[in-house]
Amino acid sequence: MFTSNPFAALSASIPPSVMQTYIVVMIILVAAGTLFDVVHKGSAKFFFQNMRKAKGARPVGGGELVSIAVQTAVVDVLASGEFCNTRRRIAHLLGMYGFVVYVVATAVMVFNASASALWTQLWWIGGLMVCVGGYWFWFFIRVDVAAEGNSPLRLMRADLFILSLLASVTLGLVWAATGGGAGVLFGLYILATTVLFAGVPWSKFAHMFFKPAAAFEKRVSKANGSCANLPTQTRDDPAQRERHSMELLRDAPMDMGLGIKREAPRHY
Amino acid sequence: MPTFVYMTRCDGCGHCVDICPSDIMHIDKTYRRAYNIEPNMCWECYSCVKACPQNAIDVRGYADFAPLGHSVRVQRDEQKGTIAWRIKFRNGTEKNFLSPITTKPWGQAIPKLADVPAPSKEMRDGELLYSEPKYIRMDEGGLRTLEAAGLKMKMGVTY
Repeated sequence: MFTSNPFAALSASIPPSVMQTYIVVMIILVAAGTLFDVVHKGSAKFFFQNMRKAKGARPVGGGELVSIAVQTAVVDVLASGEFCNTRRRIAHLLGMYGFVVYVVATAVMVFNASASALWTQLWWIGGLMVCVGGYWFWFFIRVDVAAEGNSPLRLMRADLFILSLLASVTLGLVWAATGGGAGVLFGLYILATTVLFAGVPWSKFAHMFFKPAAAFEKRVSKANGSCANLPTQTRDDPAQRERHSMELLRDAPMDMGLGIKREAPRHY
Repeated sequence: MPTFVYMTRCDGCGHCVDICPSDIMHIDKTYRRAYNIEPNMCWECYSCVKACPQNAIDVRGYADFAPLGHSVRVQRDEQKGTIAWRIKFRNGTEKNFLSPITTKPWGQAIPKLADVPAPSKEMRDGELLYSEPKYIRMDEGGLRTLEAAGLKMKMGVTY
């Protein structure tokens, strides 16, 4: 089960060219949906306007911009560094890496029926990672479930992405585990996958494209001193510690505890 | 100056929903990000602005008194024990403030109500609020006014 390519077995009933065309159509749908989303919501316009407005006291050079881009890629994108809540961060990492591995392995197995068994194993591992992260998020971490005590089965439009992703991956794994073939399970698997990729303009799928851009802009604004108009003075600066207004904290430790971050919000 | 949320910065953690005294910070049903459902009902208390770990909440001044281009942003850093404000005026003037947080942990604030004797029946039935005779100094004979203290007001300054 974990070593045989389920799509190779499927080629007996569905020609590989049809499966390959389906994957290409899904890629086009994601690209078109993302472009529509960006234009419709004006995200790119907002992003560039912000960049233009955020001219700080200090110009940021080309080398520094590259360094900021690398930091954004490594910390904010690859390690989901923007999450404050550790549980959400772990669930997001599981879902993100699982999804990438799962999608790439699917494409490799469809375009190359004789792909090594390693790709099949990666497909399973990726799918299981999505399921662990996704169901954890769905049942326990979603903010309105964890904090408002709503039923995990209550649906709204924000659930379109996570639900279609979970349905697609779960049905794919169940379909492969039950022997593959072109049956009802396969039909449901394709339906959920189509909803996932065709629903980009209505779901939060596009966040994987605009979130890195927003994280990059945030880091650039910190580097050039504009800092999105946020205060930049801190106690780390010895000159600030000497100010009269800071007298109360003269002998206080630099780390005074987590404060509001000591507990997750779950009282509303 | 009611609050609004920068959607690209918010990660939907719910701290603002938790802390809002007016219960108007909610999680959006489409993007699962926070938003102010009713700016008219905003107390403008800045609780959510200070609580947001992503600094994703800002305030928008009313057009009749806050000219375009101004900015009032705050960062409350509990680990450092400080609160910092950065005020930008429309003419480019900028003011920065850094102060200690003086909020006491829950139950440690002054007065310590547990040590205060319970109010008598007369006090309960009376129209005065807790500590009112003492703290408005009525017990020292009438309201404390400038005249009573031998002072006078001149051009907004007490002499």
